[in-house]
Amino acid sequence: MSIAVESARAFEDAMAANRRKRLIAVAALAAGAVVIAIASLGAGAVEIGPARVVAILAGAGAAEGREALVIMNIRLPRLLLGLLVGAALGVSGAMMQGLFRNPLADPGLVGVSAGAGLAAAVTIVLGERYIAPYIGVSTFLLLPIGAFLGGLATTLALYGIATREGRTSVATMLLAGIALGALAGSFTGLLAYASDDRQLRDLTFWSLGSLGGATWAKLAVVAPIILPILFATPMLARGLNALVLGEAEAFHLGISVQRLKAMIILLVAAAVGASVAVAGVIGFVGIVVPHLLRLIVGPDHRLLLPLCAVLGGALLAGADILARTIVAPSELPIGIVTAAIGAPFFLWLLLHRNRSIAS
Amino acid sequence: MSLYPVKYMSLRLLLALALALALALVSPLASPAFAADQDRPERIVAVGGVITEIIYALGAEDRIVGVDSTSLHPADALATHPNVGYVRALSAEGVLSLAPDRVIAVEAAGPPDALALVAQAGVRVETVSEELSLQGIVARILDIGEMVERPSEARALADDVSRAFAELDAHRAVIDKPLRVLFVLSLQNGRAMVGGRDTSADAVIKLAGAVNAAAAIEGFKPITDEAIIAAAPDVILTIDRGDHALSPEDVFSLPAFSATPAAGTRNLIAMDGLYLLGFGPRMPAAIADLMGRLYPGSAVAAQETPR
Repeated sequence: MSIAVESARAFEDAMAANRRKRLIAVAALAAGAVVIAIASLGAGAVEIGPARVVAILAGAGAAEGREALVIMNIRLPRLLLGLLVGAALGVSGAMMQGLFRNPLADPGLVGVSAGAGLAAAVTIVLGERYIAPYIGVSTFLLLPIGAFLGGLATTLALYGIATREGRTSVATMLLAGIALGALAGSFTGLLAYASDDRQLRDLTFWSLGSLGGATWAKLAVVAPIILPILFATPMLARGLNALVLGEAEAFHLGISVQRLKAMIILLVAAAVGASVAVAGVIGFVGIVVPHLLRLIVGPDHRLLLPLCAVLGGALLAGADILARTIVAPSELPIGIVTAAIGAPFFLWLLLHRNRSIAS
Repeated sequence: MSLYPVKYMSLRLLLALALALALALVSPLASPAFAADQDRPERIVAVGGVITEIIYALGAEDRIVGVDSTSLHPADALATHPNVGYVRALSAEGVLSLAPDRVIAVEAAGPPDALALVAQAGVRVETVSEELSLQGIVARILDIGEMVERPSEARALADDVSRAFAELDAHRAVIDKPLRVLFVLSLQNGRAMVGGRDTSADAVIKLAGAVNAAAAIEGFKPITDEAIIAAAPDVILTIDRGDHALSPEDVFSLPAFSATPAAGTRNLIAMDGLYLLGFGPRMPAAIADLMGRLYPGSAVAAQETPR
C-alpha cells in the first residue's frame, strides 16, 4: 500500500523534474539561438566594431558604404539563410526518423540528395555547353533550379514505386531509395568522369555545402517554400507520435496514415530540395539535431519538431560563423564544419548517455 | 555543437554590444577599414594563377593585397599575401576584408553572386580572357597592363612573347619527324590520367612540334594499359610537383609503359605545372624548354638558356 503511494509520488516527482528539465532546455536553446544570431552579425572577415553593427542595423544614417553592405547584404542574408536551411534540415530529419521509425533515417532517404546531386552534376558538367545556351540562363542560376527539380522528381518517382493500391510501403521506399540512390550515384560518377578539372572542383565544393551564395534574392525564393513547411509541420506531430506505435496502431488511433505519409514525404522533399538548391549538400544536421533533442526533451513530436527547427537553425548559423572566420579571407565548406564538430559531440553524448543509463 | 567556443565569444560580444549601443547613441564612430585615400596606389586582389603571374611580371606586385589559392607562381605570391580561397569559391566578405579597389579575375572566377556583392561595394571587378593561345596571352598581358597602370611594360612583354612565339614557329617548321608525346597528369595505383584533345597539355605538345599520343580521347581522363601501348608514345611528359615527381623507374616499371617506344630510350620529361600549362608570360620559354628536351639535336636546344 505505502509502496504504491511512494512509487506514485516518485513518479510525479520524476515527471515534475522532467518538465523542469525540459523548460530549462527550451530556454537555453532559445537563448543560445539568439546569442548565435548576434555573434553571426558581429563576426566575419571584415572587422566592424559592435557600435557600427548596431548603428547599421538600426539604420541610423549608416546605411551607406562597404560596412553597411557587408552587414545588410552579406551577413544578414547569410544568417537568415543559415537559420532557414538549418531549420528545414533539422525538422526534415525528425520527420524522416518518425516516418521510417528508424533512428538512422535522414532526409536523404527520400532520394532528394541523390536526385539533387545528379541534377547538380548535370548542370555543372553539361550545363555550360548544352543547356545554358538554349534557355538563356547562366550555369550558376541553372544549378539551384536543377537541383530542386531533380530532388523533387526523384522523390515523386520513389513515392510512385513504393505506392501500391493507394498504400505506401515504407520498407519498399527505403530499399527502392537505396537502389535509386545507387543509380543516381552511378550517373553522377559518369558525369564526374566526363568532367574537366574545374567542373570536378565545382562538384566537390557543391557537395560539401556553403552558405556563401546567400543573397536577398535567394532568400526571397527559398523562404516562401521553407517557412510554410516549418509552420505546417507541428500539425503532423500528433500523427507522428501515433506512428511510433506502428502503422496499424496509428490507424486505429484515428490517424489517416496514408495521407500522413504522403504529406511527410512531400514536405521533406520540398524543404530539403530547396535547402540543397541554395546551400548544397549539408550533412549531419538532419541526424544529429533530432537525436540530440530526443535525448534532452524526449520523443514527443509536438515539442520535438519546433525545437528541431530552432536547434537546426542555430547549429547551422553557428557552424557558418566558424566556416567563414577560421581560414579568412577564404572560407571552408560548411559541411566540413558541421560534420567535424557535430560527429564527435554526438559520440560524446552517446557515450555519456549510455554510462548514465547503466549506472 | 560549436556552442561552447561560440557562446563564450558571443557573451563578450553581447556585453560589447550593449556598451557600444550606449556609445553609438552619443557619437557615430568613424570606420578605419575603408578610409579612402586618392593618392595611394590601388589595392588589387588577383584571382587566377595566370593573373598573379602577369602582375608580378609587370612589376606591379606591390599593389597586390590578396591572391587566390591557384596563384602558385611566383611562390612568393601565396606566401606573402592573404589567400582568398579557390578561384571558383570566393567569399564576398573575405575579398572585401582586404579593402581592395580592384579585383582582377579570370573569366571562370566565381561564384557570380559573390563577385556581384564585391562590385556592389564599389570595387571594380574585371575579368580577363582565358584563351589558350598566343593571342590569349597577349590580350591578357595588355589588359592587365592597363589595369595596373603599366601599359608600356605590358607592351614590351607582349612583344617579347610574340617574338618568342614566332621563333618557335620557325623551329617547329624544320622538325621533319614529330615525336609522339603522352602527357601523364598523375599515376595513381598504376592508373595513368592522361591529357587528351582540347586540353592545355594538348596545346603545349602541338606548340612544341610534337604529336599528342592521346589525341583519341578528350580532356584529362584515366586511360587503360592497352590504350597506352596502342598510343605508342616516344616520350612521356609529366608534371614535376617538387617533392613527389615521377621518376623514370616509377613509370617504365609499369607493364603498359614498359611496352612503349618511350621505355626503350627511358624518355621521361618532368616540368613544373604552371610553367608548362599556365599560358602566362613564361609560355614561350616553357615551350622552347620542352622543344629542346624533345629534340636535343635541334637549334632550339642549342640556344636554350637555363631558366
